[in-house]
Amino acid sequence: MTENSEGKPPGVIAPACIDERGRLCGFVHSSEMGSAVDGPGMRFVLFVSGCQFRCLYCHNPDTIKMHNGTLRTVDHVLEEIAEFAAFLRFAGGLTISGGEPLMQADFVREVFYLAKHDYHLHTALDTQGFLAAHLEDEWFDDIDLVLLDIKHIDPDKYLALTSQPLQPTLDFARRLSDMGKKMWIRYVLVPGYTDDFDDVEALADFVLTLDGVERVEVLPFHKMGEHKWEELGFPYHLKDVRAPSVELVKRVITQFRTRGLTAC
Amino acid sequence: MTSPEHTELQPWLNFKGTQWQDRIDVRDFIQQNYSPYTGGDGFLAAATTRTKELWVEISKLIEQERIKGVLDVSSDIGSSITAHEPGYINRQLELIVGLQTDAPLKRAIVPNGGLRMVEAGLQAYGFELDPVVKQAYQLYRKDHNQGVFDVYSPDILACRRSGIITGLPDAYGRGRIVGDYRRVALYGVDFLITDKKREKTELDNVVFSEEILRTREELSEQIRALDELKQMAAAYGFDISRPAATAQEAVQWTYFGYLAAIKEQNGAAMSIGRISTFLDIYIQRDIDAGLLDESAAQELIDDLVMKLRIVRFLRTPEYDLLFSGDPAWVTEAIGGMGEDGRTLVTRSSFRFLHSLYNLGPAPEPNLTVLWSNAMPRGFKEFCSRISIETSAIQYESDDLMREHWGDDYAIACCVSAMRIGKQMQFFGARCNLAKTMLYAINGGVDEKTGVKIVDGFEPITAEYLDYDEVVTKLEQMMEWLATTYIKALNAIHFMHDKYHYERIEMALHDRDVLRTMACGIAGLSVAADSLSAIKYAKVRVLRNEQGIATDFAIEGAYPAYGNNDDRVDQIAVWLVETFMEKIRKHKTYRDSTPTQSVLTITSNVVYGKKTGNTPDGRRAGEPFAPGANAMNGRDTKGFIASGASVAKLPYHAALDGISWTATCTESALGHTLADQVNNLSNCVDVFCNASGFHVNVNVLNRDTLLDAMEHPENYPQLTLRVSGYAVNFIKLTREQQLDVINRTFHLHF
Repeated sequence: MTENSEGKPPGVIAPACIDERGRLCGFVHSSEMGSAVDGPGMRFVLFVSGCQFRCLYCHNPDTIKMHNGTLRTVDHVLEEIAEFAAFLRFAGGLTISGGEPLMQADFVREVFYLAKHDYHLHTALDTQGFLAAHLEDEWFDDIDLVLLDIKHIDPDKYLALTSQPLQPTLDFARRLSDMGKKMWIRYVLVPGYTDDFDDVEALADFVLTLDGVERVEVLPFHKMGEHKWEELGFPYHLKDVRAPSVELVKRVITQFRTRGLTAC
Repeated sequence: MTSPEHTELQPWLNFKGTQWQDRIDVRDFIQQNYSPYTGGDGFLAAATTRTKELWVEISKLIEQERIKGVLDVSSDIGSSITAHEPGYINRQLELIVGLQTDAPLKRAIVPNGGLRMVEAGLQAYGFELDPVVKQAYQLYRKDHNQGVFDVYSPDILACRRSGIITGLPDAYGRGRIVGDYRRVALYGVDFLITDKKREKTELDNVVFSEEILRTREELSEQIRALDELKQMAAAYGFDISRPAATAQEAVQWTYFGYLAAIKEQNGAAMSIGRISTFLDIYIQRDIDAGLLDESAAQELIDDLVMKLRIVRFLRTPEYDLLFSGDPAWVTEAIGGMGEDGRTLVTRSSFRFLHSLYNLGPAPEPNLTVLWSNAMPRGFKEFCSRISIETSAIQYESDDLMREHWGDDYAIACCVSAMRIGKQMQFFGARCNLAKTMLYAINGGVDEKTGVKIVDGFEPITAEYLDYDEVVTKLEQMMEWLATTYIKALNAIHFMHDKYHYERIEMALHDRDVLRTMACGIAGLSVAADSLSAIKYAKVRVLRNEQGIATDFAIEGAYPAYGNNDDRVDQIAVWLVETFMEKIRKHKTYRDSTPTQSVLTITSNVVYGKKTGNTPDGRRAGEPFAPGANAMNGRDTKGFIASGASVAKLPYHAALDGISWTATCTESALGHTLADQVNNLSNCVDVFCNASGFHVNVNVLNRDTLLDAMEHPENYPQLTLRVSGYAVNFIKLTREQQLDVINRTFHLHF
């Protein structure tokens, strides 16, 4: 496990947020009902705000600052989910994404707990895993599937791309594997940044050492978030990068498949 | 192809059951003999070379037609079952024969519906009416259109002019009657004639009331039409006085029945019914006997489908504005469950749908899947894949309809269920609920023209609209509208029966049928959102110099229909139930049972054009949402929430159907085709579980549509679903194309 000079894992989890009436709250960017691309089936996706990463290609930069979100109680969130619970039980489930959900670990855990125990939903956590070392194994009890974003396999390129070190994510992947958790590995394909043939091979090598990986999802980079960067007044470094060609996407998927992984 | 014994002597060889042999009962025949199929699509066969050759020939003609608008018209003969000589596309290649006139895509004229419309249609495309035909109708023969206008009252005419009621079938065939064309194949025409004679004889010794006399005359006309049907088939070289004895004959006989109907009638919607599982019995028998293989079976279906793709009627440009893209609504209902719990899906259910792959996508026939949660997964997934790859099919809840109509109903037009051969409807188009609300606010003065359409109503004079006041006045206005509307429909259907009776279609019905008076509403989401704005935000009225409310300023936000928000969804429910109550109060022609639909087809564009600014913020002239859809762009929570709102509209108050059109992008359905198929199947399941009635599924990209507008020649078969039917996108008017493009595309479900 990576530790900084004081012996603690890197990064900080935000303290639990309790409102004046003693209710557990979280900062929520938005929610989306009926996503078909955030875990198996049709999902209710809760996007919480806050992330320590500054990924160059981030398509939701408006979720980076935690306090940009709306403060909502756990009950309020569950009420919204409850409306669709019957549908979700049948056709999909709940996914919590971000931002980086682990930043608000108390809030997220409680939402998962209630979704699982009160509504019997399939639950998925979409994370890059950077903060996971702060959390006990039990924290993951109510999570059926982890959508683990491995943004690069080369530590230097990872740092350049995300502003944070790679090792915590790899450690987390190993830990999930040991815990027997199911995983989908997600890999954003950015031409010129993450499309190097050998890098993809190295990532496949790593993934092959894990148990519990059900599929690798290659997500073609898109620029739908560009206007958000402009609105936020941040420089957007990928202005000249184009979405990957169909051929490139196919090549990368094939690389994973050739290694015996289920990739799409 | 078949042995003489098989064809000549024993058409019912190996068929089980007796009830259907003693009297006409196609359902019993199906139940006793069909083979449910629960597997996947692996057995299907590709198009044969012959099929492909024939389709290429037809495609060339269709392209010529697209350029000219109308390829040719038979303007010298008023159409009838026997008016035209036999016509062929390519006699050597055709397995199933028969055309509406003597050449493919040559349109017939049907003056009995209305000579005026015939003349206008001819003129629009540069043809001239034969003077002899014209003289005959001017001097000797009155038509339906004339009859209706002889009795229309000033209030009806005013409503027609202002557009609060639009699309009435008062100038052409009313359509929406589905003959049981299967009877022709199962029994042969002689059996049917004998039965009709029996029905008439039963009425020999009763009091000759007006009703009995009308029925007796109709039965005589039906018998005459059945004779003509035999003559028509004989001209093509077939003796259909006897039952069909092979699969090929069954397809041919059934098609002849349908062909006679479309020669005689030019109704807006001419459904073929529910024939796939019926025909499957014949196909399976021939396969079992070694007379047919899968490829030959598919060929028969593909050939029939090609015929159904070239059904044409001569329309006017005004008609096209309402119902664009040359639709004929050759609706075929596929699948569903039987009352005994067995699925009605057969291999031929797959074969019909498979024609969309073998021949490429097309809007006709209007393939309609009767969806039940209990249907086999293999069939559901096949349907979902077809939706994803062609956007050409629609889904309707068999679970809802079976409860009302049993398990042998078909769909007339888009969403109107009727028990086959036992039920018909008086098609009533629709009236405009959004405009009705404006009339309520303005005391019966039209907001666009300033003309007083109805007396006796006081306008609202307050600066801010009060919910209770608007609701009270709206109810009063609905009451008046329903009264006028039913008067118009009674007039239309009285005259249609008199001057343009559906002889052959009704010959393929029982004598005593259930008749419904199928009313309809447009602008539901506009009216619901307007009331929501009045209730949950503040709506200030802006009046012109005459004091007419011509615009509205909304202060604050309001919940919009289409987001699964009960505050407004229940207003929509109230609107549907309330208007239905108003309709129910009236005496209807032939004591028909009043029903209504929430369906606009493409007329939502015209309705919008004729309606001023509305209190929901919609601008004057802006199209309404189609059918029961949320207003464009206001259903912001995705497909599931939007569908949940629609599913709340109660079927019992809209038994003629509730139409919803949902459009999403492919990627919104999932990463892989398998994910997409699975997700779409689940969504339709959930929608139907929630009592959702109908959904058109389009899986499209906006960019494709934009490109197709610029380069129509590259997209001859681009098909999409528009409120109850499918169209060739390139055949829509530019306005309608833009309307489709502006509709909500769900980027997520």
